[in-house]
Amino acid sequence: MASHLIGDTATLTGRSLRHILRSPDTIITTAIMPIAMMLLFVYVFGGAIDTGSVKYVNYLLPGILLITIASGVAYTSFRLFMDLKSGIFERFQSLPIARSGVLWGHVLTSLVANLISLVIVVGVALIMGFRTGAGIGAWLAVAGMLILFTLAVTWLAVIAGLSAKSVDGASAFSYPLIFLPFLSSAFVPTDTMPSVVRAFAENQPVTSIVNTIRDLFAQQPIGNDIWVALAWCVGLLVLAYAGATALYRRKIS
Amino acid sequence: MTVIQVQGLEKSYKDLHVLRGVDFEVERGSIFALLGSNGAGKTTVVRILSTLLKADAGTASVQGFDVFKDSAKVRESISLTGQFAAVDEILTGRENLVLIAKLRHIDDPGKVADDLLARFSLTDAGGRRVATYSGGMRRRLDIAMSLIGSPPVVFLDEPTTGLDPQARIEVWNSVKELAKHGTTVLLTTQYLDEAEKLADRIAILHEGRIIVNGTLEELRQLLPPAKVEYVEKQPTLEDVFLTLVGDTAPEK
Repeated sequence: MASHLIGDTATLTGRSLRHILRSPDTIITTAIMPIAMMLLFVYVFGGAIDTGSVKYVNYLLPGILLITIASGVAYTSFRLFMDLKSGIFERFQSLPIARSGVLWGHVLTSLVANLISLVIVVGVALIMGFRTGAGIGAWLAVAGMLILFTLAVTWLAVIAGLSAKSVDGASAFSYPLIFLPFLSSAFVPTDTMPSVVRAFAENQPVTSIVNTIRDLFAQQPIGNDIWVALAWCVGLLVLAYAGATALYRRKIS
Repeated sequence: MTVIQVQGLEKSYKDLHVLRGVDFEVERGSIFALLGSNGAGKTTVVRILSTLLKADAGTASVQGFDVFKDSAKVRESISLTGQFAAVDEILTGRENLVLIAKLRHIDDPGKVADDLLARFSLTDAGGRRVATYSGGMRRRLDIAMSLIGSPPVVFLDEPTTGLDPQARIEVWNSVKELAKHGTTVLLTTQYLDEAEKLADRIAILHEGRIIVNGTLEELRQLLPPAKVEYVEKQPTLEDVFLTLVGDTAPEK
């Protein structure tokens, strides 16, 4: 059935994109929480945080973008869980389709929905004074990094959706993901942290991704961070993809 | 000609031995009812036949294809209507049909959808979201979705559970219609009257085995011949209900 994979994936992606179109609140709520955080940090806490000569909104935005994605992918596991529960998942499985298309449909939908949320968040940041001299190449690099991160955590969301026992359980996996940027260089420079926290913060994936995006926006030399960030994202993507497909195969065998 | 062949089927969930050697055959174009109480294993049989579940032992084939080895071929020739209407609530009725038509790789999905909406008296509701449908309409849509691509074998798992009497009759009519056009139907039910009204053959699944299998006439002969008694014929509650509520025509 491999010959149908692209066509079936397109059909199923169209279906779940239509779900999003009919309940645009999923995109709006995905964007609202990070926007609220951005307002809070820029206008309340930000004044007390020393980021040197960098404007705080410029400093903050990369972390906010990762939080946007982390909260956005919770809807992927939610939608997948609802498909399983409603029986439509079984209906798809009993059809002569390329079976992995069922998962790819949800993954591509997640990508589209998250990109829209990201555009909204960046738009608000621009209104709040975010400025960058980044050229088209740097913007593309930022987009590529965010897409890679989205794919990696979306496949993680697929694992959560397939293995959840309840609706709450399906989206609970995203809480640690949303929290992770707080223990990184996303909000404050790591050099003010106690040594244990600092060691964690500097060696977890968010810091390298945030630093990479920040340097791309600021047109600074990027250094090693981009390779560390890529290694984290690709590693997570491969693991999550392997885990999700193994779980899926066991589920439908 | 035999379309469905099941032999020595066994399945356990941990300690629970649900199927302990199930055998039956279903002829082309007939309606076969698998009758049993809740938890008898009816759904397990249907899930195995529709390639959603692997059996522990035994063989099963549909249209000559082994459900374990040739599962892709089996999926080409079957459709499954599960116990709970598996429809997409956020899409409209028509979009649901178009979706399945596309996944069955059929030309002109729009036309297929419109034809089925008309056939199941859902044309007016076709543009509405399924979330607004009544239970009967949902079930009709569910069955309509199963007929896309005219699969030669249709599995209906408790198709009328939870439906009101009118909706049940609508579903029964659709099932009879199917068999008239040569489709083989395997349905499971816990309602005796449903099996009696619809099925050409009835098999009773009890404690993991088929304990009897035959036509209604054959099953009747298992008991001592009927005594003739004269009883005043009272209308049943169903007769009263249907007369009072009026039309059995599908709601709009």
